[in-house]
Amino acid sequence: MTAQIIQTNNTPFKKIAIDPVTLDIIENALRNARIEMDATLVRTAMSPGIREQGDAFPLIADHSGKMIVGQFGSFIGGFLEQFDGTLEDGDMIFLSDPYSCEGAVSHNNDWLVLLPIFKDGRLIAYSAMFGHQSDIGGKVVGSMPIDAKSVFEEGVRIPPVKIWKKGEYNDDLMKLVMHQTRKPDWCQADLNALIASCRVAARRVVEMADRFGDDVYISATQELLARNHRAMKALIAMAIGEDKVMFEDYICDDGVGYGPYKIKCTMWREGEKVILDFAGTDPQSAASINFFLNENMFKMFFGIYMIMVFDPQILFNDGFYDLIDVRIPKGSLLKPKFPAALSGRTHALGRIFDILGGLLGQKTPEFLNAAGFSSSPHLFYSGYDKKGDWFQLFQIGFGGIPGRPMGDGPDGHSLWPGFTNVPNEFLERYFPLMIERYETAPDSGGAGVHRGGNGIHMTYRFLAAGTISIHDDRWFVPPWGVNGGEPGERARKILEKADGTQTIVGNKVEDVRVEVGDQLHFITWGGGGWGDPLERDPALVGKEIVQGLVTVKGALAYGVVASENGAVDEAATAKLRADIKSSRGALPLFNYGPAIEELRQNCEAETGLKAPIQPVWHFAEAAE
Amino acid sequence: MGYRLGVDVGGTFTDLLLFNQDSGAFWRHKTPSTPHDSSEGILNGVTAICAEAGVAANDIEYLLHGTTVATNAVLEGKGARVGLVTTEGYRHVMQIARSYVPGGLAAWIIWPKPQPLAALEDTVTVKGRMDADGNEYRPFDEKSARAALTTLKTQGVEAITVSLINAYVNGDHETKIGKLAAEILPGVPVSLSHEILPEMQEYERTLTTVANAAVRPVVSNYLSNLRGKLADKGFAGRLSLLRSDGGLMTSNRAEEHPVNILMSGPAGGVTGALWVGKNAGIKNILTLDVGGTSTDVALIENLEPRRVRTTEVGHLSVRASSLDVKTVGAGGGSIAYVPELTRALRVGPQSAGAVPGPVAYGKGGTQPTVTDANVVLGYLPENLLGGSFKLDRAGATKAVQTVADALGIDLMAAARGIIDIVNENMFGALRMISVQQGYDPRHFALMGFGGAGPLHVNAVARLMGSWPAISPVSPGVLCALGDATTRMRTETARSYSKLAAQTQAAELGTILAEMEAQLRIELVAEGVSDSDIEMEFEIDVRYSGQAFEVPLTITMGALQQDGVEGLLARFDAEHLRLFTFNMDTPHEIVNLRAVALGKALDLPAAQLPKGDGSPAAAKMRDHKLWMDGKEQAAVIYDRSKLRQGDIIAGPAIVVEMDSTTLIESGCVGSVDAVGNILINLAEGAVS
Repeated sequence: MTAQIIQTNNTPFKKIAIDPVTLDIIENALRNARIEMDATLVRTAMSPGIREQGDAFPLIADHSGKMIVGQFGSFIGGFLEQFDGTLEDGDMIFLSDPYSCEGAVSHNNDWLVLLPIFKDGRLIAYSAMFGHQSDIGGKVVGSMPIDAKSVFEEGVRIPPVKIWKKGEYNDDLMKLVMHQTRKPDWCQADLNALIASCRVAARRVVEMADRFGDDVYISATQELLARNHRAMKALIAMAIGEDKVMFEDYICDDGVGYGPYKIKCTMWREGEKVILDFAGTDPQSAASINFFLNENMFKMFFGIYMIMVFDPQILFNDGFYDLIDVRIPKGSLLKPKFPAALSGRTHALGRIFDILGGLLGQKTPEFLNAAGFSSSPHLFYSGYDKKGDWFQLFQIGFGGIPGRPMGDGPDGHSLWPGFTNVPNEFLERYFPLMIERYETAPDSGGAGVHRGGNGIHMTYRFLAAGTISIHDDRWFVPPWGVNGGEPGERARKILEKADGTQTIVGNKVEDVRVEVGDQLHFITWGGGGWGDPLERDPALVGKEIVQGLVTVKGALAYGVVASENGAVDEAATAKLRADIKSSRGALPLFNYGPAIEELRQNCEAETGLKAPIQPVWHFAEAAE
Repeated sequence: MGYRLGVDVGGTFTDLLLFNQDSGAFWRHKTPSTPHDSSEGILNGVTAICAEAGVAANDIEYLLHGTTVATNAVLEGKGARVGLVTTEGYRHVMQIARSYVPGGLAAWIIWPKPQPLAALEDTVTVKGRMDADGNEYRPFDEKSARAALTTLKTQGVEAITVSLINAYVNGDHETKIGKLAAEILPGVPVSLSHEILPEMQEYERTLTTVANAAVRPVVSNYLSNLRGKLADKGFAGRLSLLRSDGGLMTSNRAEEHPVNILMSGPAGGVTGALWVGKNAGIKNILTLDVGGTSTDVALIENLEPRRVRTTEVGHLSVRASSLDVKTVGAGGGSIAYVPELTRALRVGPQSAGAVPGPVAYGKGGTQPTVTDANVVLGYLPENLLGGSFKLDRAGATKAVQTVADALGIDLMAAARGIIDIVNENMFGALRMISVQQGYDPRHFALMGFGGAGPLHVNAVARLMGSWPAISPVSPGVLCALGDATTRMRTETARSYSKLAAQTQAAELGTILAEMEAQLRIELVAEGVSDSDIEMEFEIDVRYSGQAFEVPLTITMGALQQDGVEGLLARFDAEHLRLFTFNMDTPHEIVNLRAVALGKALDLPAAQLPKGDGSPAAAKMRDHKLWMDGKEQAAVIYDRSKLRQGDIIAGPAIVVEMDSTTLIESGCVGSVDAVGNILINLAEGAVS
């Protein structure tokens, strides 16, 4: 099966030598077109997830489907190989099923629109964008059931279909799709927004081809890919060794009692190629935390991390793909077999980035960042308000950014690009709740000469009875510190009744009833620390006590003895620092905190939650 | 006889423009800025320009001033030490901000997080809570407020800001804290968020109020110092400042609401372009203000500049109206370089600035800049008219050669490449404010000003298809001209947030009338006669659930006549134009806004003598420059000797004291009645 592309003009493009100036102009223009896609999207989308928080990703690809601008890499090549149908002028593809596009989108909630761009009868480019829909039906509000056993429980599944066919809109299809969701108004608006964004990109590409000539435009895109290939080749040769480097990290649990799940990646260079091998990663979960990881997407993540860590000047596209070989065992957490449930993939998606950071910085600790990618903590709250109207809230939270070579990790900021929080006054106006507290959680950032960012302590007071669901991670396995920095604190959730009684709530829970006046403390993880905490300026630690970012007790981790008003006892500090120095051993490159078995033993005492049980796989072994 | 004096203080030069209100005659002057105390430079300029024009300082009726004093206080962190009082549970509101990390995936690795404008140690909380409907959910706790304010007193803050959750619907608790502050910290200025910005969104409202408080003492010191010095000179007229939104406000009011002058500087160019457009009979204009390190662009449609609800200063986005000016790091001083890994040609955003500046300026610069490329190509002739320094062409050539060598192309191709790329960056910014907002740039003229705008305007107009390309009269001091020729303005906004179906036109009319009354009182207090005041109203509408609203201007009459339905029909049409689709979703009325304007000035422009169509009398010399891949013969003209109706065939260069206009081959410049050069494609030439 492979897509059949129908062109009315089959003249091949001529390869034309491109001068460097024209090349840069075209690259720049493409980048502007991508910015326009984002701008169009946020201005017209309706679900708070896309509109306020920016959970959507654009790309523009060349005529063969390679990404020229964007950030999640191109899936188009793989899609074309699988798609059993035609593609012609006036068509637009719509899909959401990860299993039909090799994981280009990784759960049913992400709706993707793909527009082949034709000019004078020839296919010259593609634009595509996907965005997270707040609800696509299925058994739970928000469509991400933690305990789903298969993808069939996770809302409407859309295989690649034509939403537009030769310029004609498929109205019946869309009626059918919108009939499945609890929020057709949001879905329709968000889909319109995705389509409008792709069309904007198409207009820009056609204008560019008009301006420079089709052959020049196409040749330029090829040269941009080649240029990126050359740059990445040099960077790989410089930064990646032939010796194997291995890193592993964990997803805390699967929400149905089992965990942690290991993700393991080994990296080495063979000649000019980098191999990234996930052998040793745990098999797929019976619940929904599986993450269908597209190899090309991972290549792009790798490329972006290389660039950000070693040389932020380079612009990235798909040009370097053949320099990287990604191996993911079938049946593993990262390449589950159909019809494994996928909706809770956000935790593994986040964890991938901590693993990348750990791999890339190992040989060059000065470039190493600590850990902090939990996931995107989700809260769902739904019910009927005082007037009897249905409401449903889907909110993404943020934790602490890890300690970095350049300094402290920012407190309560987003690791995801373009995401913002929703103003609390907005929440209070449109939903029956109050936000009683919105502060960072002191001491949650790992101690280090560069402190990890603090997580956020957000307290919701519910003003209508309803149900809540929570998806979070990093509550069991802490975010690690590096170069002597301490791990960050783990995530916690506490439900407080009107009479003051408190119950610890799990970090992956579904359908918890809440009453009027109940308060939920939603506390996220802190980033890991960077560098020896004993080298942090005591005056700064004192100042952070006054600022409410560190407590008097927390200051001890820096070897600092200070009072509530931030005054540092210099003699006591010197003594404490000397004591710690003499009693501790050599500082490790990575500080993961206690070993998994120790975490398990102390779990209930430390977190108030039962330890997850080691998963056992009866039928599948990961590696093929 | 009355004179208006426009004064624009820039980073390098202070520009002055003295305008005779009766004859339209004007004088211009440029003097070095004095960053340690900009009033010195202003005084030097006032003395010089008065002498030149033969007028006394007390002949000046109005001194109108665009200043970056407030901007710099924010950018350089030199504002006052602000204490922030907020609601219990929200102490870290400025620390967390919107949780946003700019840039793409993994950009957090290299993002330097800015420090909050109100330090966290100077942020305190108070008990008591309003809900989203303005009802008191928990009573105000005076004891905790006293304790909080006492803490701030001990810390020695210089200004107080109070910003409580939901104060935009009910500011009662803020008012109470304000009163306590006056008692506990007498003499310390207090800003309340519901007075500065009665709008939803706690972070934005708090930031705006804090920004206001932080720059207040700086602006106040600056203005009282300036007023004193001007009075010593004999100036007895009125001192007004240019607001970020292009209107004027009295200096007294600016002292209280300095948040409105954060982008006073760039606004001057846009208002200057408006005045030029009015006199040239051109209503749709894109502006291109090219400075040393950056370029500002804006859009004017039907002689009305586009405004936005936010003012962007550095990393901060403050909720105060401003002209929609986009800035790109592309200017004369932008440095060209070739990164080793990609071997691509990049220009900017790093800039050689004023010091060391371009290599051609001979002040120690060694890296090739856009100006150097202009020199190499012959677009900036070596002997600038009236220029006090000679350009170092050999040095510029050597620097640009390094780029040529790195790319493996010849010198001229590299120089032109630098120009093409910087033009492309300007083009990108112009697209953001035109195409992306649903405007077709082919329906607009492009006006280039600032030191280097007229050098690039012709080439960028070609990219945009925006004709004519305009080199306005006195492009180097257009901001000062803008300061001198705009009018008083004030505005207010309120959150409304109701479904249109539950809204009566009469209810909207009542609120707008209340807002009108409030604004009229303000402008009358600023010396505007009530009968001269013009009102404008805007209503923001969106599909319920969208985050962005579309502002629709409306008159009281239209609101009564067409009702809410008329408003919604206009919204649907505008939404279709901007985003290509409409929806069945209910409409929401989001905000109401009222603007009061002082009397529009009818200031004439001075006419040039009529010529015979030939610019021969203004010719200085023959010249050679590089264009379209070859060396070409060109002519250099003296702008001051051009007459109306003169037609200049490209390639040609027109020089004046502080600016140079480039007319490309295939284009023709014509001089209009008041001295603007309008450049169009020559007949038969292709864009």
